[in-house]
Amino acid sequence: MTYPPHFDETLNKVKETRNFRKSQEIERLNDNERTRLIADFHPDYRDEGMEKLRIGANKGNRVPVELAKTLESYSIYNPDQLNLAEPDYCTDILIVGGGGAGCAAALTAHEGGAEVLMTTKLRLGDANTLMAEGGMCSPVRPEDSPYLHFIDTIGGGHYTNIPELVKALVSDGPEIAAWLMDMGVMFDYEEDGSLKVNHCGGHSRKRMLSCKDLTGLELMRVMRDELRDRQIPCLEFSPVVDLLLDENGACSGAVLYNMETGEMTTVHAKAVIMASGGIGRLHIQGFPTTNHYGATADGLVVAYRAGAELIHMDSIQYHPTGTVWPEQLLGQLITEVMRGQGAHLVNVNGERFVNELECRDTCASACIRECSERGNGVVTPTGFEGVWLDTPLIPDIKNHFVGIYQRFKKYDIDIQHEPILVYPTQHYQNGGLKINPQAETSLPGLYAAGEVAGGIQGKNRLAGNSLLDIFVYGRRAARRALEVNKDYGGSEKLTVEHIRDYHASLQELAVPKEQHSPVLLPDYTPAKQKAEV
Amino acid sequence: MADLIPIYYLGKKHLVPEGVTIMGAIELSGHRLVRGCGCRGGFCGACATVYRVPGDHQIKVGLACQTQIEEGMDVAILPYYPAQKILLNIRSEEDPVKTLYRMYPEMFRCLGCSACTKICPQDLSVMDIIAEAQRGNLTAVAEMSFDCVMCGLCASRCLAQMVPYNIAMSARRLYAYSSLPRPGYVDARIKEVEQGLYDGQIDELIDNGQEELQKLYAERDIECI
Repeated sequence: MTYPPHFDETLNKVKETRNFRKSQEIERLNDNERTRLIADFHPDYRDEGMEKLRIGANKGNRVPVELAKTLESYSIYNPDQLNLAEPDYCTDILIVGGGGAGCAAALTAHEGGAEVLMTTKLRLGDANTLMAEGGMCSPVRPEDSPYLHFIDTIGGGHYTNIPELVKALVSDGPEIAAWLMDMGVMFDYEEDGSLKVNHCGGHSRKRMLSCKDLTGLELMRVMRDELRDRQIPCLEFSPVVDLLLDENGACSGAVLYNMETGEMTTVHAKAVIMASGGIGRLHIQGFPTTNHYGATADGLVVAYRAGAELIHMDSIQYHPTGTVWPEQLLGQLITEVMRGQGAHLVNVNGERFVNELECRDTCASACIRECSERGNGVVTPTGFEGVWLDTPLIPDIKNHFVGIYQRFKKYDIDIQHEPILVYPTQHYQNGGLKINPQAETSLPGLYAAGEVAGGIQGKNRLAGNSLLDIFVYGRRAARRALEVNKDYGGSEKLTVEHIRDYHASLQELAVPKEQHSPVLLPDYTPAKQKAEV
Repeated sequence: MADLIPIYYLGKKHLVPEGVTIMGAIELSGHRLVRGCGCRGGFCGACATVYRVPGDHQIKVGLACQTQIEEGMDVAILPYYPAQKILLNIRSEEDPVKTLYRMYPEMFRCLGCSACTKICPQDLSVMDIIAEAQRGNLTAVAEMSFDCVMCGLCASRCLAQMVPYNIAMSARRLYAYSSLPRPGYVDARIKEVEQGLYDGQIDELIDNGQEELQKLYAERDIECI
């Protein structure tokens, strides 16, 4: 595969300018310059990509067109056909999602003595957590502190974060690191026995703990192993397609859809923890994504239909460095740590155009400006455009970034000697279900943790902060649910009245009958005529 | 438009564009995957795939999301393979090596056939990993098996009928738990947080409002790379 011959000219320029760039200082932008760059080039600011919600708790709010359509849709089944008098499962705490947040919640709830049932759309552990390369930020070093981590996170989020949520995030960070070590996670260490820490965009201290460049995989497989050791039950291939309420309007369970048999089942639970992940596979504004196959905003849909409030859903994070070539890897993540270790962002002429350690929205906007207004992008044979991430600047890249090195080697690209062509890719849903520091949503009985929750990261998340947030809020959600469950006064009587009401409102808006959600999986098959079976 | 070439998915012929991945080819043939598809980025091991190409007797493997198609290849995704997992109590006082031996004694039945190594889509030296496990060298097992995505292909080929990836999983956890250092500053920081050392500082930041925060953010000193 390697690079097409017409890349030779620009590849030579990158090589020729490498030595000069090493000693070049690129100033960071001030607040005004940064705001302007983002307003001019960040996809969140494209009016044609946004639409006002016509229904629900956030009626009138501006959200991505693709999300609006998903939220303004009918359930995928007929609510009148459920047998709510005899739920198929009864449990203390139902946990929706088998990624990092769901697993942390399940382990914590189990430690607290609750009966736990997990349910997930694909296999246990199939989630964005597993794909995280860089690492998890935690202010553990003596040179660092939760205070500094707080300032970095809230400044990076442009002061839109809910401050109390950031306080909880940074305060729990050290305990989370210890909790994971106690489970047998292989973090990276220096030879003197101190934890290896990496730098990354927007942070003022090196505070990213890593497990080589497969941090998420290591965290996920350790937690999954521990869940199995404790024999915590998990229903796989069973996504949630609606929430159930009790007669007082509190969340008291869920409707599950068995994707393999088509069967609908119901769960009664005293509390539900939503940890269903993000939105990337809705392909907001047509962007490729770094996200998992199942990231289709299911949790937002079902919670919104049940009345829960959303926050910051007009804010999507585009990671500056998604792969553009080879096309087979389109949209896949190149970790930020590469920039933290010295890789430059370089245009077609071999010039740097932004300080590589700026926040993600800033770097992404700068890449888009380079490829649009300034016309300095590198165009691929099939018309995609990107800029170079100059990886040969990184010392010992082959050992430090084994996963990425191997991935490109398969396509005859040696990242020790050649740069990687990148462009922003949809990476993270900054907003989500609005929560408080105890992970409670606006709907009683419903808790949220991980990417589906919003307000923690504000409108721009810093690298390494989501791997931390899944654990912090997964554990907080479980602890709060345990506490509330002690005085559980809910009803055994389940209802879907809220779904009937929601459907009636959709009909008033003349939403077409065949528009259903959650979409559960993206469809990458060719749009041929398919028979209805 | 790329040239169309034939591939066989579960024995059925499909014409697909040259250069796509096996997963892309299956989807372009009209299949919407439920099993056998996960992260689509080579991390999760959901799409372990076995295939043969014309004129070659050997069985080949790869992750469907990471492997390019070849003309005439005959493909099957192996979405699941039964595996035995022994429950581990990571906090037990037992010697970690003895724990591993007790859990998976079948590791000593390894016949040295190397079928596991040959089939690993991550190019891990699975047989050598098992040999290190037999020697009780947990450090080596942990380092050598670190890139394992637990796809299950090694277990499908093992003549001794063991599940190498679960043995390695337990070994990594035992190694990390028993051998990796826990720097004193981690527990010191946890204690500081518990004692409320940062609560006042952070609450003050919250109370002082955005302007003050903006000033502190602009003036913060940033550690060198």
